[in-house]
Amino acid sequence: MIEFWTGALALTIFLYVLLDGFDLGVGMLLALAPDEKRRRDMLAAIAPVWDGNETWLVLNAAILFGIFPLVYATLLSAFYLPLVVMLTGLILRGVSFEFRKNSIRSRRLWDFCFILGSLVAAFIQGMTVGALVKGLPIVDGSYVGGVFGWFSPFALLCGIGLCLGYALLGAGWLAYKTRGDVQVLAFRLLPQLLAGVLAFLVAAFTAALFLHLRVMDRWLEQPILFVFPLIGALACWVMVGAIWRRREFAPFLCGVTIFAAAFGTLAVSFYPYMIPFSITIAEAAAPRSSQTFLFWGAGLVVLPVTLAYTLVVYFLFRGKVAEDDSSY
Amino acid sequence: MDATALLLSRIQFASTVSFHIIFPAFTIGLAAWLCVLEALWLTTEKPVYRRLSDFWRSIFAVAFGLGVVSGIVMAFQFGTNWSELSRRTGAIQGPLLGYESFTAFALEASFFGVTMFGRNRVPKWFYLFSCLMVALGTTLSAFWITLNNSWMQWPVGYRILPSGVFEPTDWSAIIFNRVVWVRFSHMLLAAYITSAFCVAATGAWHLLRGQFKVEARTMIGMALGLAAVLVPMQLAIGHLVGDYVHDLQPTKFAAIEARWEDEQPASEVLIAWPNEETESNDYAISIPYLGSLIGSMSLTSKEVGLKSFPVADRPPVLIPFFAFRVMVGCGLLMLILAWYGGFQVARHRIEQRRWLLWAIFLSFPLGFIATLTGWFTAEVGRQPWTVFGQIRTADAATPFLTTSQVATTLIIFAVVYSVIFAAGTVFIYRLLRRGPVAVPPLGIGKTNPKRPLSMSGNGLGDPEAQTIPLTKVEP
Repeated sequence: MIEFWTGALALTIFLYVLLDGFDLGVGMLLALAPDEKRRRDMLAAIAPVWDGNETWLVLNAAILFGIFPLVYATLLSAFYLPLVVMLTGLILRGVSFEFRKNSIRSRRLWDFCFILGSLVAAFIQGMTVGALVKGLPIVDGSYVGGVFGWFSPFALLCGIGLCLGYALLGAGWLAYKTRGDVQVLAFRLLPQLLAGVLAFLVAAFTAALFLHLRVMDRWLEQPILFVFPLIGALACWVMVGAIWRRREFAPFLCGVTIFAAAFGTLAVSFYPYMIPFSITIAEAAAPRSSQTFLFWGAGLVVLPVTLAYTLVVYFLFRGKVAEDDSSY
Repeated sequence: MDATALLLSRIQFASTVSFHIIFPAFTIGLAAWLCVLEALWLTTEKPVYRRLSDFWRSIFAVAFGLGVVSGIVMAFQFGTNWSELSRRTGAIQGPLLGYESFTAFALEASFFGVTMFGRNRVPKWFYLFSCLMVALGTTLSAFWITLNNSWMQWPVGYRILPSGVFEPTDWSAIIFNRVVWVRFSHMLLAAYITSAFCVAATGAWHLLRGQFKVEARTMIGMALGLAAVLVPMQLAIGHLVGDYVHDLQPTKFAAIEARWEDEQPASEVLIAWPNEETESNDYAISIPYLGSLIGSMSLTSKEVGLKSFPVADRPPVLIPFFAFRVMVGCGLLMLILAWYGGFQVARHRIEQRRWLLWAIFLSFPLGFIATLTGWFTAEVGRQPWTVFGQIRTADAATPFLTTSQVATTLIIFAVVYSVIFAAGTVFIYRLLRRGPVAVPPLGIGKTNPKRPLSMSGNGLGDPEAQTIPLTKVEP
């Protein structure tokens, strides 16, 4: 049972990172759009799906709360300030999306909020992962780090890295969904963003080695784990070719593969810990009756159905965004 | 956690949840109303239903967005500010709130996209189906949230492990909690009535302005007709909610009644200023016997007073006492408006009675106020417990949060929420004021490649505003 839920959590986190990743990325790239028409085209590319994408964050939280309440309580309270800032970022972003189409004069303000909200959310998500990799100050299952116990230059670096990564996904999505000026812009940005992501990954690995982070030990113990970074490197290589040949969908798929590789890398470095290296999956798990209760309804029925209708929604809104589809 | 940080955490939760509930209270009913309009449009093909559906959907979109984003904050606060509660009761509350996210929220958010952008991309029946799914999602959301709150009001089906963790032992007892069904019906009716009064007020407004008369008459007729049936039902169900409070939460009941001493037979305090220093009521107006009648349906029953409980176990009195009275007052006002207004609509006299139109127009906040004050009564009345009788609010909070941390986030929430609430109100107001402008004829409009991209020429930047209003054409 707990294996099922660990898998489900991993899947929903990955889906969140991927799906909200590209629309947060588009949100950040909005800053580079020169005029209203370009901004509209960009937003139209994510309009039907962004709120569905954000749903996965709520599902992450739901599984954590229901199945791993100890992790939920520990992580959320430890990252108190950054989490609240991230949530307000997501709020600002969500309402700006709805508000901008109802306004003329204040439209630039809402665009600014949208860009800022996307940037802040992406940065804090990256910083949180960085702080987890570096290790939170936890004694006997309780967080003891105080107000800024999560802060470190390494976490900061990871924050910047995830912003670049999301922007890469976003540019890949725009290359796939748009045509004309926006697509040209996306193809111009893709190589730069890919270079930025690679530079970040090299820097993060070097820093992890230099800081003697405990995650690195597991890599030296089991060299087979290097298969994940290798997949990532391969995807980067394919992506360069795809950008060169102006393939419309391939760059996004390569971005997805890079994220999958990075996610796999992190997952195997953490396992069997949920909060490395203090709380394991087994320690964090809720009583079996909770797991079973959530399994028969949510796990067996709703999760597959949600996955299915996510696919349906993406299928319905497949292909290019109509140029005059200017609801946004 | 020190006392100030605890108080600030409570203020933060109370203010964010109060802000949040405004939107579900509106959108749960609105989603159902959109289904009715779509079904009527599908079956009768009268354009008025299509226009109304498009009109209210644009308002639904703004309110729904605000509800979703402000709702996300609520679940997270269980972990950030109330980590002890999450650690101890997460095995029960987590799955309940998890079901809310899974079944409802995902359903809403996914089909919401189809209802907003998919009218021309999916078959008509599937479009109606999507509207139904959004409405079902909002309703299920309300169910799980009310169920979770009901468990906090009357915890059942668990045992406590040595670590202090609540282990669920009987899920059917938790789901069929004796208090949830009346409370869920109470909340659902509250949402429908709130939406009905907003729809009726919009109809009255446009009639007062002498525009969109066909749509306005449809709105006011359907909404007041519904309210005329639902408001009396709500009063009856509210009484049943009072019954469970009387039986299971005597401290809350005594606080609502501002009853300090045990009384037999008990009188009912209509209005007073409860004084927690002297443990008595100043300026009280009470009716003998009525307290026993309301509490136990008898003229002789003994009703418990607050002084029968230790001070540490008593809730504050002022808030439940006044919040309850404001709620009931709003309910009675809505009953009068719904019945008298509905009667005049049935006689086709409503447009001649401008004062009545004004009264209906100005009644739109009543549902919101009643919903909010009802929740104030329920939640403040539950104090000093977070899980009634089991976990005190002071023991539920995150132990290491500092006053400066919570003060910072409270300020952030205050600023962000004020901005978006102000903007959201302005946008909803503008959309309502613009009224149900016509839908572009099929084949033109959205698919017209020459439609100018310039946003000038209409006040709102919505492409549909550029088409000519067809409202002068009778359906």
